[in-house]
Order: sequence, then structure tokens, then C-alpha cells
Amino acid sequence: MTADRVIEIASLNKSFGDFQVLTNVDLNVSLGERIVICGPSGSGKSTLIRCVNGLEQYDSGSITVDGISLSEPGGVDRVRAEVGMVFQQFNLFPHLSVIDNLTLGPMKARGLSRKDAEAQAMEYLERVKIPEQARKRPRDLSGGQQQRVAIARSLCMKPKIMLFDEPTSALDPEMISEVLDVMVELARDGMTMLVVTHEMGFARKVADRMVFMDGGEIVETGTPAEVFEAPKTQRFKTFLDKILQH
Amino acid sequence: MTRFFKIWILLGACLFLAACSGDGTWGWYVIDPSTPAGQSNIWFLVGGFWATIQLSLIATVLSMTLGLLVALPGMSSNRWVRLPSRVYIEFVRAIPLLPMLFWVFYGLPVVMKSLGFPITIDAFWGAIITLAISDSAFTAEIYRSGIQSIPKGQTEAARTVGLTYSQTMRYVILPQAIRRILPPLANQFIYIVKMSAFASVIGMQELTRRANELVVTEYRPLEIYTLLILEYLVLVLIISFFVRWLERKMGSDENR
Repeated sequence: MTADRVIEIASLNKSFGDFQVLTNVDLNVSLGERIVICGPSGSGKSTLIRCVNGLEQYDSGSITVDGISLSEPGGVDRVRAEVGMVFQQFNLFPHLSVIDNLTLGPMKARGLSRKDAEAQAMEYLERVKIPEQARKRPRDLSGGQQQRVAIARSLCMKPKIMLFDEPTSALDPEMISEVLDVMVELARDGMTMLVVTHEMGFARKVADRMVFMDGGEIVETGTPAEVFEAPKTQRFKTFLDKILQH
Repeated sequence: MTRFFKIWILLGACLFLAACSGDGTWGWYVIDPSTPAGQSNIWFLVGGFWATIQLSLIATVLSMTLGLLVALPGMSSNRWVRLPSRVYIEFVRAIPLLPMLFWVFYGLPVVMKSLGFPITIDAFWGAIITLAISDSAFTAEIYRSGIQSIPKGQTEAARTVGLTYSQTMRYVILPQAIRRILPPLANQFIYIVKMSAFASVIGMQELTRRANELVVTEYRPLEIYTLLILEYLVLVLIISFFVRWLERKMGSDENR
């Protein structure tokens, strides 16, 4: 185990009833590394990153995040404190204003005062370029704005690692880039990121490593340059041909 | 509109009944407000309001608290945590109110005494305990359906920003669920108001008991029970009105 290795996933197995979603998945992530996970739907990529912060349980294998094993008592809570997550459906709290969405975690889980939490929230809203929306309800924002609020909400917890579960899949095409821009900036700042996405342009720009999953297994990994030039497996090649043809 | 409609129906019914009084089959004199005897009878009957309201309010508050305590473990992913909640709901829901009332009022003190906790249960608390327990199985199910109607992503998002289970419930899930839970809970309140009439059989001096007692002395069941029904109607209409107002205030009548 090297010092800068923040996520270690070893021989992870999971099944939903008879259906094996993850089969012997091994993946190590170093501090500051950006990993893009892609694959056809049902390949287990979302399930994999949801296992990392304990939203899904696994049957066997091990996950260690920043030296904390998910299986140790209280491990899940400690890991969640280090890991932020952005969902496909944003999952903002609809009954709270944007700023209250951002301050809830810091105030209740970290014990920040309202004043400090709001100051910090405004800082992150500026980073995602929507400070003027702070007092609005999520439903009054566009999808792209909502997803940026969701990113800011995660950042307010000062995570070491960010997980993105298809963050642009529920967005109208013209809003995808505003969310990706925020993610690119986050990557430039050195955030460790695990991103499940089909945005290959984004992958090319920021990914240190691409992980291709199919049928619950990691089929191929490599740098974007390697895999886009010459995918080693036929399955990855077929997949790339399908999503890149238009 | 519908509220005015209800009031007109009510007035019409009163007039019809009053009109019947002339032919000798009705004896409205027992509750005629223009005579001293009628007045004192009316005051006696109306005097049950406070007890009925007290019973219903306390029982509803207890039922809502108990229901939540039963509902929360009922939604656990752990089967063994879920089990007691399911058993409680199925068991309580299966017992008719009246037998439960008898059991609580006559039986529970004996059970408690044999366990070394001698307590006395008067009619008031006997009725409240029974109404609250009996109703809690239904409120528990209302909470469950309301909470489960909130998308799972809300819980996941709350947990990933570091909230504990109880913080997630308190700050994220319940504030959203309450608008969906409120209308059916209000229904339960009205249900309790009506079921509180059963307290009369163990001697609780509420609306129905008062009417029964007057019937025994005056022997005019038709008129007295008619007034009794109108008393409940007024009470329920007032509650309905209040609930509509509360729903509007909390936005339960909106789609979101």
C-alpha cells in the first residue's frame, strides 16, 4: 500500500439475487487521480462507485478509502465524511433554498455556525458560477444550474474524493457543458475524482485513466490516449464505436 | 362552494325535523331553547363537548407519536428490526375498538398489578389509551406510505453530505413527507372524534354519554340523538375547516 493511494478496491463481488452485478473488481486510485468509468448500461459502473461510499453493500471483497475500511465498525460514516457524491438526478432538497441545501450538511454534521456555513456556501456557489441563485428554490433553477448546486453542496463538506454518477445524463444537451466545465476546473484543482460518464470529450480532457466495464467486470483500463487510439479488447472497441459514431 | 352546500343541507335537515314537531310524533320540547327545562337539557348535552374534544386531541397526539415510533423501524432494511413493527400493526389493527376498550379499562389494571405496577385507570385515560393504541396502527401506515413516497435519492444525498439517520429524517425526509401525510392524518383525527363516542360505555361523560343519560330520564331518544348527531357534525365541520386552512398554509394542496 502506497501512501498516496486513497481508494483500494479488491476482489469486489456483488449480486442482486441471481444477477451478478460485480465480479472480482480490483481498482486502486491514487490521490489526485481522475478516473473515468464507462461501459454499457447494466455493466455495474454505477453500482461500483455507489459501493465506494457505502450506498450499496457488497457481498465479498474489500474497499478501503483513505485507510478506512468500509467493513470496520463506523467505517461507512467515516468514509462518507471524506467522499462527496453527485447524482444523475441531482437529488437537491426541494423544500430548502439553494443556500440551505449547501449549509445543511456543514451545520448539522460538522457543527459550523450558520454564518460560517453561509459564507462558505457562497464561496462555492461562486465557484460554480451561480451565487445569484442562492435564495431560490431548486425547482426554479435549470437542470444545469441544479447540478452545479449539487456539486457545490458536496464541496461544502470539503471531501477528499468526489464521485460522479452520470452527472450529465439527465441534462438537456445545451446544459451539459456548463456542468462539465465546473468538473474540469475541479480536476485542475487536483480533486480525486471517480466519474461515471459517457462524455468522451470530458474523459479525453481530464482523465488520467479510463476504466471500461462490461458485464460486471473491468474489461480494460488505460490512459485516454491509449484507449482512444487502440482499444485492446474488441468489447471496448465496439462500445467506443457505438458512442463515438455521431 | 362545497362548504356552503353542506351548511344548506344541514339547515334544510333542521327545518324538516322542526316541521315534523307538530304532529305529535316529535317532542322537541326536551331541547326547546325557549323553555328553562329545554335550556338546561341543552346545556347538559353541550357540556359533553369539552370532554370529547379533550379525549380526541390527546388521543390523536399520542397516536401520532406512537405511530411514528412504530413506522420508523418498520422501514428498516433489517428484517429483525422491521418485524416488531409489522407484528404490532397487524395485531392492533385486528382488534375491534370496543373489546380493546373493555380490556384496557377492566383488564389492564389487573395485569399491571400482577406485574408489580399497581395503577388505576379511570374512564378518561382508559379511553385515551385505547383510542391512541388502536389508531396508532393506522397512523403508522400513513407515515410509512408518506415517507416511502419521498424518492430514495433524498436519503442518499442527505447521507452523503454527512447527516445521520435521524438528522436525515428530521431535516430532509419528514419536512417533505408531512405535506403528503397531513390530509390522511386529519382524516384519522376526525375518525378519532367519532370513535371517542365509545368512551361512553365505560362511563366517560362526553357527548354520547350525556345524550344517553338524558334519554334515560326524558325518554325522547329521537330528538336527543338527532341533536347528538348534529353536535358531532358541527365538531367535524369545524375540524375540516381548520384542516383545509392548514393544508393551504403548508402547501399540501399543491402538486409539489
